[in-house]
Amino acid sequence: MAIGIGKAQARTKQARRRPWYGRLGAPTLIVAPAGSLAALSLIPLVYLVVRALGGGEQTLATLWRGRTLDLIQNTLVLTAAVTGCSAVLSLPLAWLTTRTDLPARRLWSVVAAMPLAVPSYVGAFTVVAAFGPRGALQRLLQPLFGVERLPEIYGFTGAWLVLTLYTYPYMYLSLRGVIGSLDPALEEAARSLGHGPWSTFLRITLPQLRPAMASGALLTALYVVSDFGAVSLLNYDAFTRVIYNQYRLAFDRSGAAGLALVLATLTLVIVGVDRAWRGPHRYHRSSSGASRPPRRVRLGRWTPVGLAYCGGLALLTLGTPLAVIGYWVVQALQSGNPLALTWRAAWHSTSVSLLAAALSVAAAFPIAVLLVRYSGWVGRLVEFPLWVSYALPGIVTALALVSFGARYLSPLYQTLAMLLLAYLIRFLPEAVGSVRASLLQVSPHVEEAARSLGHSPLRVWLRVTAPLLWPGITSGGALVFLTTMKELPATLLLSPIGYETLATEVWNATRELFWSHAALPAFLLFLVAALPMAILLWRQQPTEWAGTPVSGGGERQTRATGSNW
Amino acid sequence: MQSRVNRRVFLRSVAAALAAGTALPLLQACSGSGSNPTPTAAGGTGAPPEPTATGATTPMAQASPSPAAAATVTPVARGTVGGSLTVYSGRSESLIGPLMDQVQSALGIDVRVRYGDTAELAAAILEEGGQSPADLFFAQDAGALGALAREGRFIELDSDLLERVEPRFRSRQGLWVGISGRARTVVYNTDQLTESDIPASILDFPGDERWRDKLGWAPTNGSFQAFVTALRVLRGDDAARSWLVGLKALGTRAYENNTAIVRATIAGEILAGFVNHYYLLREESQAGRDLPAANYFYRNGDPGALINVAGVGILASGRNQEQARALVDYLLTPAAQRYFAEQTFEYPLIDDVSPSPALVPLGEIQTPDIDLSDLDDLQGTLALLQDVGLL
Repeated sequence: MAIGIGKAQARTKQARRRPWYGRLGAPTLIVAPAGSLAALSLIPLVYLVVRALGGGEQTLATLWRGRTLDLIQNTLVLTAAVTGCSAVLSLPLAWLTTRTDLPARRLWSVVAAMPLAVPSYVGAFTVVAAFGPRGALQRLLQPLFGVERLPEIYGFTGAWLVLTLYTYPYMYLSLRGVIGSLDPALEEAARSLGHGPWSTFLRITLPQLRPAMASGALLTALYVVSDFGAVSLLNYDAFTRVIYNQYRLAFDRSGAAGLALVLATLTLVIVGVDRAWRGPHRYHRSSSGASRPPRRVRLGRWTPVGLAYCGGLALLTLGTPLAVIGYWVVQALQSGNPLALTWRAAWHSTSVSLLAAALSVAAAFPIAVLLVRYSGWVGRLVEFPLWVSYALPGIVTALALVSFGARYLSPLYQTLAMLLLAYLIRFLPEAVGSVRASLLQVSPHVEEAARSLGHSPLRVWLRVTAPLLWPGITSGGALVFLTTMKELPATLLLSPIGYETLATEVWNATRELFWSHAALPAFLLFLVAALPMAILLWRQQPTEWAGTPVSGGGERQTRATGSNW
Repeated sequence: MQSRVNRRVFLRSVAAALAAGTALPLLQACSGSGSNPTPTAAGGTGAPPEPTATGATTPMAQASPSPAAAATVTPVARGTVGGSLTVYSGRSESLIGPLMDQVQSALGIDVRVRYGDTAELAAAILEEGGQSPADLFFAQDAGALGALAREGRFIELDSDLLERVEPRFRSRQGLWVGISGRARTVVYNTDQLTESDIPASILDFPGDERWRDKLGWAPTNGSFQAFVTALRVLRGDDAARSWLVGLKALGTRAYENNTAIVRATIAGEILAGFVNHYYLLREESQAGRDLPAANYFYRNGDPGALINVAGVGILASGRNQEQARALVDYLLTPAAQRYFAEQTFEYPLIDDVSPSPALVPLGEIQTPDIDLSDLDDLQGTLALLQDVGLL
């Protein structure tokens, strides 16, 4: 088989036969913006080092209190458990919605990604309300089976459950993009060589999913590391919770900084493991001939099982928060409180998130190019600070920018520009991930062909590469949009004064028990955050067989060129 | 120090008077969002009908403040101060938003409020240093005020402001003043308990098997923290430790905040919990009916009778100290104090206003002998809680 997964040697060969960038000195054009973005992402880290050093012995004492090791262990266990379960949960989901004849699979494929739009603080809140020791489920079960108490949800179980249910879509989205566009030729070859379906799946299909799994896993893992809402509501001692407590209870910025630095180191380890596992592979087709979309599997009498799986998960992840929001509405109406909703907050949330998404995608380009086409130490150097900033708890990044902004950017401090910078630093990796995945599937030969036909490099980018990257651009943008809608700590500290967003409205209302004020903003937040992603997924769902998956640019390009590799 | 502050104030006011016409509108235009809160005509001086943020969250009429409004330094009407003021508020908009609107109309000050978490805002003020845009810090608890006072971020308040509240509710150095009182209580489920079931001292809870798995607390909550700090100050670290260890051994359930405890008590998930007094009142006001729970107040100087305050301090780095003083003054008038009594169900702290009838009057609560400024030592409490394994 000439199709497939090239190894490191192929890659270096490719790098040596570098296409047109090297000759044209393009790297400066790429490296300069990528480098400045990396420098911006370093702000939180530099701040942490300064603060931690400023604390001197006190910082060490905080770290030395013997609990740091426990925290590392707690955080790693939670991260591994959530990431693993997300993969287990997402794989059947992605397969069912892209490669079977599941009824309404288009709808399911959209619904399956929607939990991402539920902020984890709302998710955790609803899970406690539903599955708490005396929550709704217990009240439901009591008359039927006399259940007095449900098993403890606080602690690891709850945090694991909530985070898995609300972050698995990272994995699902990654897998979905690839699983629907795998060339069936490989699987057919395996079958023809005598492998059974399971063996084919394990030895052929799964390895091809590895990069998608790796990027899904990285996003999930780092989200878990940085999440505060769920672990604090469910009382699980992860790093973020302890860092927040350091600020909240002790007003101890240096101790918090010390802990956050340990967390940053942990992030580096996670990213390193991810990189090692991912390996330097190539995933665009390397032989002549076009790939074709896979055949749909007939579920037959298994259809109800598939439906139950998708439906059950949707009920669990979306049903509970919507029910709780509904309960808030009922409560508000019963007590005669008017439902409050400010359109201004909705407008602020939407517009600022759109800007953040556009900015992140634009910024993701040079970085993705650097990572994919110029692998090596420069890429890694640029990439690591991005991931670290992504994995730091929101409050740490926010305070770093408060400190930096008030001192060095005072004309911009507490303006929209500053807020956008914070969003960029926090969420850029999500856009980079998507654009990078798309770019990986674009063979440089297409660009070379366009160059050889007399197009200028810029024109090649605009006419050839960018269109091929469109799936990655849109899905990255949708992801950043959605995450920005939910963002809280940076919004609270860095937005212009009086700039309320839906997230701050919900936070403000739930903090003081004003359910009537929480209900509509919470609902609208979910709706607006989910919308771009939903439209995207709906449109990208292959109606017939013409697969145009999230990161499937490669397929189209190979078909177009039939390049002889 | 004092003279330096005064000179600075003088220079500031001169500069402000000169610059008000040009610099302020410019600055506000630079802030870019077009969303600066504006002096709306919302609300009269009377308290609004609901503890809601209707006034504050209604879209503001104008997009940006008119230069005239920002430059009004000369009093237009009696009591009108003019100018603008930036408040960092750890108290939420639902609680004090309507009051801030009243201030706008009563004093003619363009009040711009950044709402957030008390400790996070305190951290932000420390990070901003001398560049902080904040003029006034409105904190949810005395601990955060103490932390900023300790770092020398507050100016000393005038004695006529300070003396409107009892000494037990203000900084002894005069660096901050309490605005409303928040009593620690034991909330209990009235379907399963009566008042006589609550032990005579809060220290008697540990060791009583009746309470096994039936109590709730919020170790990460600032108010609870302040209470533990008070316990340490009053009875020593060992007593505080054994109280915590004893309750932990009874399987006391940890919740994220007071709200969660009150709801768990109402739901019967627990029998009783350690909270602030007003959460139950708010929950009942929202539900519009009596709920099966009640507050138990300690009165006899027991550590359980601690009353913490939400309070304010004026920042030394602020550019609008005159306006900040006017706001503190306003917050200590009967109109504002009535707002806290009626809308947030807290204790008013000046003599002329009485609290909600559902509450035990302040005069009948003998609070433990403690300086609320001492509650700023949370580091030791944090260490203790970590040591006991609650954090």
